[in-house]
Amino acid sequence: MAKYTHSVSIDPEKCTGCTTCLRRCPVEAIRIRDNKAVINPNSCIDCGECIRVCKHSAKHASYDQLSDLDFTKYLIALPAPSLFGQFNHMNEADHVIQGLLDMGFKDVYEVAKAAEYVTDLTRLYMNRPDVVLPAISSACPAVVRLIKLRYPTLCDQLVPVLTPYELAGKLAKERAAKEHPELDPDDIKTVFISPCPAKVSWAKSVMEGQKVYVDLVTSMNDVYMELLSKMKPEAEPSPEAASEAGVVGIGWAMTSGEAASLMNDEYLSADGIDNVIKVLDDLESGIVGQIKFVELNACSPGCVGGVLAPTNGYVARVRLHNLRKTGGMVVKPNDVSDIGDFSSGDIPDEYTEAEAFTYMPDGSPNMLSMMLAMKKAEALAEKLPKKDCGACGSPTCRAFALDVVHGEAKLEDCKIRTEME
Amino acid sequence: MSDTLHYHFDVDGASFANAGRASVETKKLLRQLGVAPNVIRSISVAMYEGEINMVIHAHGGDADVYITEDTIIIILKDEGPGIRNVEEAMKEGFSTAPENIRALGFGAGMGLPNMKRYSDEMHIDTKVGVGTTIELWYHLNKQQ
Ligand SMILES: Nc1ncnc2c1ncn2[C@@H]1O[C@H](COP(=O)(O)OP(=O)(O)O)[C@@H](O)[C@H]1O
Ligand code: SF4
Ligand SMILES: [Mg+2]
Repeated sequence: MAKYTHSVSIDPEKCTGCTTCLRRCPVEAIRIRDNKAVINPNSCIDCGECIRVCKHSAKHASYDQLSDLDFTKYLIALPAPSLFGQFNHMNEADHVIQGLLDMGFKDVYEVAKAAEYVTDLTRLYMNRPDVVLPAISSACPAVVRLIKLRYPTLCDQLVPVLTPYELAGKLAKERAAKEHPELDPDDIKTVFISPCPAKVSWAKSVMEGQKVYVDLVTSMNDVYMELLSKMKPEAEPSPEAASEAGVVGIGWAMTSGEAASLMNDEYLSADGIDNVIKVLDDLESGIVGQIKFVELNACSPGCVGGVLAPTNGYVARVRLHNLRKTGGMVVKPNDVSDIGDFSSGDIPDEYTEAEAFTYMPDGSPNMLSMMLAMKKAEALAEKLPKKDCGACGSPTCRAFALDVVHGEAKLEDCKIRTEME
Repeated sequence: MSDTLHYHFDVDGASFANAGRASVETKKLLRQLGVAPNVIRSISVAMYEGEINMVIHAHGGDADVYITEDTIIIILKDEGPGIRNVEEAMKEGFSTAPENIRALGFGAGMGLPNMKRYSDEMHIDTKVGVGTTIELWYHLNKQQ
């Protein structure tokens, strides 16, 4: 099984132990210990909420630094669709692609283009007789990890088709190998420009023996400044920089974009991690009604709101809407028959995830010992102030009680309780 | 009952917005305990229906969850109008929900039948004018 590699971490120098992230973490993965935040790697989903809310810049994501990229290699940029919403006064997608080429990338493969193929593949998948409906998009890795950790019965509803950036990496490498047979395949490297830590973690968590389609992952924030300095809105972009993605693929950057590309109705889309959790709970209770597809994005309003994207997501969304109208983009989406013959309706393994989505709860509790622990914790919680203030370093009084039972916190850490006595 | 884990939830009869909270919280606890996924799903479905029924038909009530090593019992108790004819109420599609409730998408008459389907045992104790208590039982180590 793949070892999951986290990309969100804490800078203890900057962390003041202020409890902001503690209370905002949607999966209660953070504790304050010795006045510093610590993240429990077993439950963290790399959604980046803590990076978003930290006022002291003490949380950061690790990714491949732009300065470390070896531009003597055949580097191919894989820009996420959201990148195209980052620039003001930009009315043509080609300018962004030209800018990436001018930065030194040898080729650019738009993830938005791959997304259009993913839509077709997903449609094929949903026609299979054994599909479990509603199918749930696997495009947001924070959501996928959340489901794998907490929603055992929803795992088999995740769509097993490659994500757009994986497929983009695969197709980009194939294109390079075909156009440049002289290149050593090891010198062809794909570089995904990511809006979020979740996608960094996903790309870095590769299984042994698994084909690697995305070699390096940089942050949109990092690329932004450099790219901006290279972009020349007044100049005519070269023919190589012509955008090949359609308006449909670009839409994947925004909530509902993916679902709307797949079907007219009978879909549900939700964005923002707290909303996602509500929808997953309802899905598990079986109360969402007649829906065939569910698109969930940890960020609002979709990946344009990713925590590594420099521009306010709502502003970026407006720009993307404008770009779709004026950007000279392909209106007809790319068709999957461009990349292979799928007329039989089957999806070859190379287009699906190497590993099935399986439930892997955070820790594997032994029910009996956990019952004893929770019983003790309940008794203890009764005596706590129920203020959920976070001053003890745990997100709620109940969580604190369990932490005490597990020996991870001391009862004295609750200062309010001491005062009440 | 010293080795029983007990959780209590108030089911607020005045609000649809909170309906379902008890079953979601229960689900989290069961997950923490490491209860088998299929059991968790059954409990979420059945308990949600029971909770909604208390809100729609009985102005709310109490939900209590009792967990032992081999059995989970959910008790949903209200002091609502009671069920006049249980056999009839158990029929798929039977509902006395008023039009305005149906307009909200509730009242399809599938709640009680689903609660039965998604539990190992269901016991209904009801008296008109007094209230209704429904017990949902789950046997954890059952041979399949
Ligand atoms: N807690 C309750 N108190 C009173 N009546 C109830 C209760 N639960 C169910 N009923 C009765 O049983 C009927 C069938 O319930 P159910 O199968 O859940 O369908 P629905 O809730 O859609 O009407 C309800 O319409 C109602 O008359
Ligand atoms: S919504 Fe998009 S940007 Fe946000 S975590 Fe998910 S994949 Fe990343
Ligand atoms: Mg009902």
